[in-house]
Amino acid sequence: MACEHWGSKEYADRLSAYLDGELDPAEARALGAHLRECAACAANALEQVQMKRSVQLAGKRYSPRPEFRNRIAKAASTSSKRRPKSSWQWQILAVPALAVLIISLAVNFYGGRESARRQHVYSELADLHVSALASATPVDVVSTDRHTVKPWFQGKIPFSFNLPELQGTDFTLLGGRVTYLAQTPGAHLIYQVRKHEISVFIFQDRAFEARTLEHGGEGTASAPSGPVSALSFNVENWTQNGLRYFVLGDVGANDIEALSKLLHDAH
Amino acid sequence: MKVPEERVSAATFEALKFEELAMPLFDQLYNFARWLTQDTAEAEDLVQETYTKALRGFSSFQLGTNFRAWMYRILRNSFLSSRTGLRTMVAIDGEADENLLPAESTTPESILIEQADRETVQQALADLPVPFREILLLCEVEEMSYQEISETLAIPMGTVMSRLFRARKALGGLVREKIKGGRHGV
Repeated sequence: MACEHWGSKEYADRLSAYLDGELDPAEARALGAHLRECAACAANALEQVQMKRSVQLAGKRYSPRPEFRNRIAKAASTSSKRRPKSSWQWQILAVPALAVLIISLAVNFYGGRESARRQHVYSELADLHVSALASATPVDVVSTDRHTVKPWFQGKIPFSFNLPELQGTDFTLLGGRVTYLAQTPGAHLIYQVRKHEISVFIFQDRAFEARTLEHGGEGTASAPSGPVSALSFNVENWTQNGLRYFVLGDVGANDIEALSKLLHDAH
Repeated sequence: MKVPEERVSAATFEALKFEELAMPLFDQLYNFARWLTQDTAEAEDLVQETYTKALRGFSSFQLGTNFRAWMYRILRNSFLSSRTGLRTMVAIDGEADENLLPAESTTPESILIEQADRETVQQALADLPVPFREILLLCEVEEMSYQEISETLAIPMGTVMSRLFRARKALGGLVREKIKGGRHGV
């Protein structure tokens, strides 16, 4: 039996949009209902699905040579880690001496500005650290067990993280709380070492980069590279697996470094 | 006390992100480039140029916008300004979509394509005008939404739909010719 839609351009467009997943839900439901009732239109739709499939299979035809892939991956990786010396073609043209001069100027220029930004973030973190310790309830989840503290954050912050095993170290986990820095939710963990408290802050790096870095710190290395002193606290920070870590406390730089290493190696 | 170094500049931070975002697209960008250029060396040049330009322009890329469409757009624009692409550009400018509509046929093109083997469909795809070839690849192989295709090709949504319709008809017409040719040739 002939269908009223047969030969209709408007219907053909709608069917294509339906099969491409582009119809809104109400229209898709209506068309789906028609296809269940009309054998001719269902057969036509099936043919088009098979056509899409044929083109998809035929279209996945070419693969890059492994050496070409490696070359681009290496160049992208090199430019990530050693951008000034990367092998991209426009950079080959750069005169090394000029590059050194530009980099020196850039480092000096950014140095002052980044340093001010970093200090701003550190002072905010120091405020969070002090206000948490001054609070009647410094932590919302009170536990020395990392297997209790870590799951407590599930559903409260939009990421997950690993915590280190502390057995055989001087550190004790006291607990954790949710914190915010520039409207970005994160985890605030409090550790103790010889009656001193150390705060560990973990934020999503992407959110932190987008919202905070303009007012905050610098892009950082992927591994801790030594604590710095800020506002009488020692602070370490690094990025890892898309997360940005800050370790802050009034203990010596060695303790900050040791806890940072434990956290870093927990991944 | 250690003096803090400028460990990673903002630019390098961006490069780290770029690598994470861009390298997973490598194989599919190459496939698309190879289909556009029809030549291995040209495709490699095009992909390399795309990554070079994208890395250089990454600081202007807005987080939250579609990175994949952005990469494809860079690749396609690079292609259009290449020697092969310039020839194609003439074809795009010179031929309105309407003129590319193939002759009507009584056999639905979907049946023909379904019957054709993969090699025949590949030959037909290769013979299609670039505007049709690229839109079919973006829709069927890359499974882009109409919105993404619109962003990648810089054409309105309505044109995406009409060009897709014509591209499918054109592909059907070419497959039909190849099947007929094949039968005569036996």
